[in-house]
Amino acid sequence: MILAEAAIDTKFANISNILVYSAMAVFLLAFLAYAAEWTFGGRSRVARQSAALAAKAGSSLGQAVADAEAEETAARTAPTVAVKVTGAGGSTTTLTRTVAAKAGKVDVVTRGDAAPPVDGVGASGGDEGADRFGRIAVSLTTLAALLNLCAVITRGISAHRPPWGNLYEFTVALTMVASLLFVALLAAGKNVRWMGLPVTFGAVVGLGIAVTEFYVDSEQLVPALHSYWLWIHVSGAMVCGGALYAGAVAAILYVAKDVYETRKAKDAVKAGGWWSDVFERLPAAATLDKWSYRINAFVFPLWTFTIIAGAIWAEAAWGHYWEWDPTETWAFITWVAYACYLHARATAGWKGRKAAILVFIAFACYLFNAYGVSIFINGKHSYAGL
Amino acid sequence: MTTDLDAAERLSSAPAEDDGAGGEVGIGLLGWLRWGWRQLTSMRTALILLFLLSLAAIPGSLVPQTAASPTRVAQFVSDHHTLAPIYQKLGLFHVYSSFWFSAIYILLFVSLAGCIIPRTWQFVGVLRAQPPAAPKHLVRLPVYATWRSGPQGSGAQGSGGTAGGADAERTLAAAEALLRRRRFRVARNGSAITSEKGYLREVGNLLFHISLFGMLIAFAVGKLFGGMGTVLVIEGKAFSNNVAMYDDFMPSTFYTADSLVPFGFRLNKLEASYQTSGTQVGTARNFQADVSYWTGSDPKKSKSASIEVNHPLSIDSSNVYLTNNGYAPVIEVTDAKGDVIFNGPTPCLPQDGNNTSTCAIKVNDGYVDDKGNATQLGFSALFTPTAAPQSEFKTMGPHSIFPELLDPHLYLNVYHGDLGDNSGAPQSIYELDTKHMKQYMLDGQPLKFDRTPGQGFKLPDGGTVTFTGVDQWANFTVAHNPGTGWALGSAMMAVVGLIGSLFVQRRRIWVRAVTGPDGATTVEVAGLARSESARIAEELAEIALELQDTAPADQPDADTAAADTADTAAEKE
Ligand code: HEM
Repeated sequence: MILAEAAIDTKFANISNILVYSAMAVFLLAFLAYAAEWTFGGRSRVARQSAALAAKAGSSLGQAVADAEAEETAARTAPTVAVKVTGAGGSTTTLTRTVAAKAGKVDVVTRGDAAPPVDGVGASGGDEGADRFGRIAVSLTTLAALLNLCAVITRGISAHRPPWGNLYEFTVALTMVASLLFVALLAAGKNVRWMGLPVTFGAVVGLGIAVTEFYVDSEQLVPALHSYWLWIHVSGAMVCGGALYAGAVAAILYVAKDVYETRKAKDAVKAGGWWSDVFERLPAAATLDKWSYRINAFVFPLWTFTIIAGAIWAEAAWGHYWEWDPTETWAFITWVAYACYLHARATAGWKGRKAAILVFIAFACYLFNAYGVSIFINGKHSYAGL
Repeated sequence: MTTDLDAAERLSSAPAEDDGAGGEVGIGLLGWLRWGWRQLTSMRTALILLFLLSLAAIPGSLVPQTAASPTRVAQFVSDHHTLAPIYQKLGLFHVYSSFWFSAIYILLFVSLAGCIIPRTWQFVGVLRAQPPAAPKHLVRLPVYATWRSGPQGSGAQGSGGTAGGADAERTLAAAEALLRRRRFRVARNGSAITSEKGYLREVGNLLFHISLFGMLIAFAVGKLFGGMGTVLVIEGKAFSNNVAMYDDFMPSTFYTADSLVPFGFRLNKLEASYQTSGTQVGTARNFQADVSYWTGSDPKKSKSASIEVNHPLSIDSSNVYLTNNGYAPVIEVTDAKGDVIFNGPTPCLPQDGNNTSTCAIKVNDGYVDDKGNATQLGFSALFTPTAAPQSEFKTMGPHSIFPELLDPHLYLNVYHGDLGDNSGAPQSIYELDTKHMKQYMLDGQPLKFDRTPGQGFKLPDGGTVTFTGVDQWANFTVAHNPGTGWALGSAMMAVVGLIGSLFVQRRRIWVRAVTGPDGATTVEVAGLARSESARIAEELAEIALELQDTAPADQPDADTAAADTADTAAEKE
């Protein structure tokens, strides 16, 4: 009875609860706005045109050269390096304009092993009305992410401790990390608005499950969680979770788009149909694949570190750094699954879709570890608070 | 593709994949062995083994494991009569030490060794040798830029302000300096410069894979040379580190009773605090054991310390962990003659979150009843630190409603007869074997008592029992884990290696400058990186730009631009 009463500040706990519900509502609105962007963008003329253009991507080389010429004329006054295009293997030759544009004065020729990725125009399809929805959606996402952040902070203030001491708090913090990461990428000028729909969807579902299934009142921690490793280990797991969600979404979209592109190459899709309309506006399969790889590769060392931090904590708490407790085991399985994915990328014959499938498996392992193990399997971890 | 291009493009010491199509001639035993080794150390096998390892780890998290919880395994065995023997055969109760799990990771590590040893050599070779010479046709490399720098005049607007074009020699010297400044490793052969950067990628990759071995070895050391024991200590009592003091001692191959070094500690006080309000009433908030400890066998030279969950105490090379705690009611028993024959605490085990606890109090010898017969006494006890109100008894029986000592009650059923502890069969100290005992009766009813501290009762055959107070106890795990530091060190190296391996880009850049008979110099710059890197094009562009300080490009006029386009079209055919 030494320090039990002193702590909880119910006022902040209540504010936190209200903020969680507000964030959920705003995420939902943002989700609807993204959906509107996709819907209205589909009807736009620009989208059709770009679909038509992309449909004959094979002939875009001539276009690119024409562009290059035009730009060269414009930049006549500055010394410019002559453009030279070579035909390694014939058809696969291309120009990258971005590089030249960035450097200003030099044209660098890039020989891709395949046609350059032609990214779709984005959800709005260039339609002004749709774009307005998109921008509203982005603002709403930002607002919701900030509400979510405040919810986590007030929860922390109310309990005087890191606000991720049980599954409820973990989930609320997880949606915060995912949405803040997304907003940060947008702010950094990355072309990721296409992630808006899945990100807000994940946030609504995550918060919904958190408040209905996992909710517990703000309280102090059980002794097992009295450790600064709670800061390090659990926040590591959270950042990984948020990023891995994005990596998995990108992989799913990659596979979908890749299937679409393959079918299109065989002329097996109906141009102008609803599906082709959506797919044409997504980034190219190669771009999605690159995103997925980059995110997952970025997370892997962090995940490794998270597991190590967990092992150090286990050593302090239970007397052994690795005991094959179910949570440890699934963290290991997740880690090995992602290592598999990275190896698969480096191995001929396992690139592309096969590797992407490994991402789904690996992410499923992560989810099962964070939720399934805490709920269904009882090990030494006293985390769930259920 | 020319062979020089092949050599130039090999930018990783990753083993070349052979798709098994290699025509193995004169196969023989040696041939087969070589083939097997090649298969085992191929990346595809590593991939499959990794996948198998993660699959194989799953059952251990679903089926109870002996190492983690023998009681749950026993429970499972008694619940599943058909499944249990099958599981037993497959080693599913000890997955992580089963032959098949071991086989997978041993194969994986053999494969890893077979993979990284040649790789290390190859990499050392790469470091010793110069970067590969420029291929004849630089234009075939993934990124490429070229320009002409005329003999005089036309390029005068170049940003460096050099008058006129450059000759090849000056251009190459400038390129060399430029690349060195960018920390490329540079070599010059003939009219071309070869440079390479990002070796840390390979270093990181090797470091990572080698660290995995470090971790494996550290883990094995821990398993072979480590051990642990558990002991329950009552407040005011002491523990010394020898096997007889342990309640449970788990040795290993090289850690036995003889390996225990002398040290000890006394539990002075156990503090426990619990949530007193809200929906989580009774949830534990803090446990702390205040101890005095000593190394060697002299308790007088002791230091004081406190042990908490997450904060073990290191004594010598062992760590002492606080793992559990509870109450030990103290009883005093006198026999019919009035002599005190038993006086002390008996630890009771908590059964629920509010510390409703049970125990067996055994009075082995000394008790003599009013007829002068010696007998043993046994009390089956239920202890509640905060007893539930009487009204709840009818439905739920006696139980505790809060884990702290607010209203302690001790409920006793008293037996006499033979405790059975001389029969040789191992007995739980927390359970009473009443096979050879009789319960005291009063008016045809079994004798039961509900007492608070200070209260006692008289037995029908003359003795007395007094519940004098409550002590606390703490359960400690004493663990000896050698190799932990090594495991941590290797793991950290692995992370560092990974960061290098995943984020450093290894890349090559070639510069060729040739001055033609007309006095104009043709400069070619080409680069190569792994496909995941989009940066190489930008880097090349920067270098090409900087190089123009020395070798400014000619101003293209309309004719050349047109010619270039025509060129493009021609090559496209
Ligand atoms: C013990 C389990 C193993 C784990 C956790 C593991 C993990 C990793 C990781 C994370 C990478 C970085 C991937 C990248 O560069 O994108 C990697 C690369 C690599 N691994 Fe492993 N590995 C293991 C076993 C093996 C084995 C057995 C082999 C050899 C057969 C191997 C060969 C390689 C090679 C050659 C690379 C570099 C790929 C490249 O340079 O593109 N690894 N490994």
